[in-house]
Amino acid sequence: MATFTVGQTLFDKLWQLHEVQILAEGQSLLYVDRIFLHERTGSVALNSLIEGNRGVRRREHTFCTMDHIVDTLPGRGDDTQMPSGRDFIVATRGAAQDTGIQLFDVQDPDQGIVHVISPELGIVLPGMSLVCPDSHTCTLGGLGALAWGVGSTEAEHALATSTLRVNRPQSMRVTFTGALPSHSTAKDLILFAIRELSAAGGAGCAIEFSGSAISDLSVESRLTLCNMSTELSAFTGLIAPDEKVAEYCQGRRFAPEGAAWESAVEHWRRLRTDPSATFDYERNLSIDGLQPQISWGTSPQHCIDWDGVVPRIAGAPDEASASAWQRAQDYMGVSGGSRLSDYPLDAVFIGSCTNSRLSDLRLAADYLRRTGHRVAKGVAALCVPGSGQVKRAAEAEGLDEIFRSAGFEWREPGCSMCFFAGGESFGKGVRVASTTNRNFEGRQGLGVRTHLASPVTVVSSACAGYLVADAPMVETAA
Amino acid sequence: MTPFRHHQGIAAPLLRDNIDTDTIIPSREMRTVSRSGLAAGLFAPWRYTDPDARVPDTDFLLNTPAFSGASILIAGGNFGCGSSREHAVWALMESGFRAVLAPSFATIFQNNALRNGLLPVELPRKRIDELAAWVQIDPQNNRLHIDLETCVLHSDATSAQDTFTVNPSAREMLLQGLDEIGLTEKYFEGIAAFEARDRVSRPWVYLAD
Ligand code: SF4
Repeated sequence: MATFTVGQTLFDKLWQLHEVQILAEGQSLLYVDRIFLHERTGSVALNSLIEGNRGVRRREHTFCTMDHIVDTLPGRGDDTQMPSGRDFIVATRGAAQDTGIQLFDVQDPDQGIVHVISPELGIVLPGMSLVCPDSHTCTLGGLGALAWGVGSTEAEHALATSTLRVNRPQSMRVTFTGALPSHSTAKDLILFAIRELSAAGGAGCAIEFSGSAISDLSVESRLTLCNMSTELSAFTGLIAPDEKVAEYCQGRRFAPEGAAWESAVEHWRRLRTDPSATFDYERNLSIDGLQPQISWGTSPQHCIDWDGVVPRIAGAPDEASASAWQRAQDYMGVSGGSRLSDYPLDAVFIGSCTNSRLSDLRLAADYLRRTGHRVAKGVAALCVPGSGQVKRAAEAEGLDEIFRSAGFEWREPGCSMCFFAGGESFGKGVRVASTTNRNFEGRQGLGVRTHLASPVTVVSSACAGYLVADAPMVETAA
Repeated sequence: MTPFRHHQGIAAPLLRDNIDTDTIIPSREMRTVSRSGLAAGLFAPWRYTDPDARVPDTDFLLNTPAFSGASILIAGGNFGCGSSREHAVWALMESGFRAVLAPSFATIFQNNALRNGLLPVELPRKRIDELAAWVQIDPQNNRLHIDLETCVLHSDATSAQDTFTVNPSAREMLLQGLDEIGLTEKYFEGIAAFEARDRVSRPWVYLAD
């Protein structure tokens, strides 16, 4: 068993566990326990590997899914609405077969969004290192895994060598003080953190999230929280694994059993920051009375309380922010001083690796069941489960029926309209409330206006026809 | 990868903060399973008034004659944030860019750039603004010269030179155009030894082949 010195952070321990060799000051060769690929960027890495006459060094530790380009319409096959999408699917399948890695193909019952299925199948476990050519790989930090997004060339390196050359990031601890109010969720917590710390607030850092509000979160909520670490520009996000996490992992398809399971849990217990450890940066955020958050602009840091006021350009702290705000408000078609409830909504989207797990769907469906509300007239509403497992579990509980009868479309698992790949889109100028993680210009399609929010805010907005949270109104200064 | 020793070229300032990889190369512009064919999609949302019909926005800096042939981008902070797509780097390089100057870079973008021979140069925001102002006076003639061997950026004869830092091993690889996988393969014995030790302490990590 590894020996740790006193005074280490969780990140220090994870780094140490995977360090094969120090290459230079601040750079080490790290062992990569698991590699996950998807058809959007993984196919390039696999092809390039094959072209370079190299193979996958540990194919049993390498997985691939079809999630980004694959259609989410019922009855789907290899054809997609994205022109040339089929090429990606066929090429990925071919490369996966040639290299002998495990593929969750279009019709596989375990297919789904990479960051939803990797914990769900027990492919990634606490303390493991995992890379994927996808920036939201940091999601898995919610289990206490060291997981980060890489480019295709780095993915190729990991495939060929089971390692990566990594510059050691700085460390940051974000401590939430206070308790999360019952009307707010992990999504609100992370949107609030990005709003407070800025979209570059965690630049290059391995961030550990801590505080009793974090230990209180369910494992799925922790995944939601860590998912958006990349929106803080962080190297990754982390939460120390606890008994809840062990319970979550037990019995999953690729999780160990028997004596191996016991030794794993024993190992995980030691993965926490020592009280005497220090971080390069410490940030404290008070979340007492935290209101549901909604984004008004084109950066995830452009967030306000759901009943708050869109900032006036005149109030911008500096010239750069003023011009960024102006541009964002022009794009979004909102003006400073207004409230988000002033603008009619055209569409809502529930899905993505941020909020498409069973607990997210339950939360949204529960609102519909509780209120008996239906989607407002003229609002297009889409619900896309994150994986085949999520979809089956939701259907077994009758959630699909609740969504459908309230006016939602119920889809097959995948990334769907979280991003625009050239196929399906909401349309120019369309205002969307979305449970996704990015509100960049054009992210969901040319001219689409994305408002980020939690599943419960999105579903209540769908029913109202404008942006509104299912939360008590608080007094805000106009 | 393409080696980088020095480069002189026309610099184009796009001084917005948080320019994300979706903007650099939108997902819909990544049409083939390859690293090429991306140049036409570079900055598509800004470059075209109608990206589908490829109607150029003549106001967009890179479409103006003054900046034609630009090979250095001067950008705002947190450049390359968002999606990890390496296509952002490939699209920039295919369009002739060899370096990006910015107050800061998103980590994944920076790593991708270094591995392809696109040099990310971090400079203080004040210098970024000054350099941008200077090139704008006469873009075709006020060129920048970047020397990776000495890690110095020259603007013109009179102005101060800027020194910058690049991670030493990345710099070495850039200078020589080395393939990182080839370098790491030299450590295969060490990696196997690590696995043998690790299997004992973390047996549950190793799945059956
Ligand atoms: S759901 Fe969206 S953010 Fe998540 S992996 Fe898919 S495209 Fe990326």
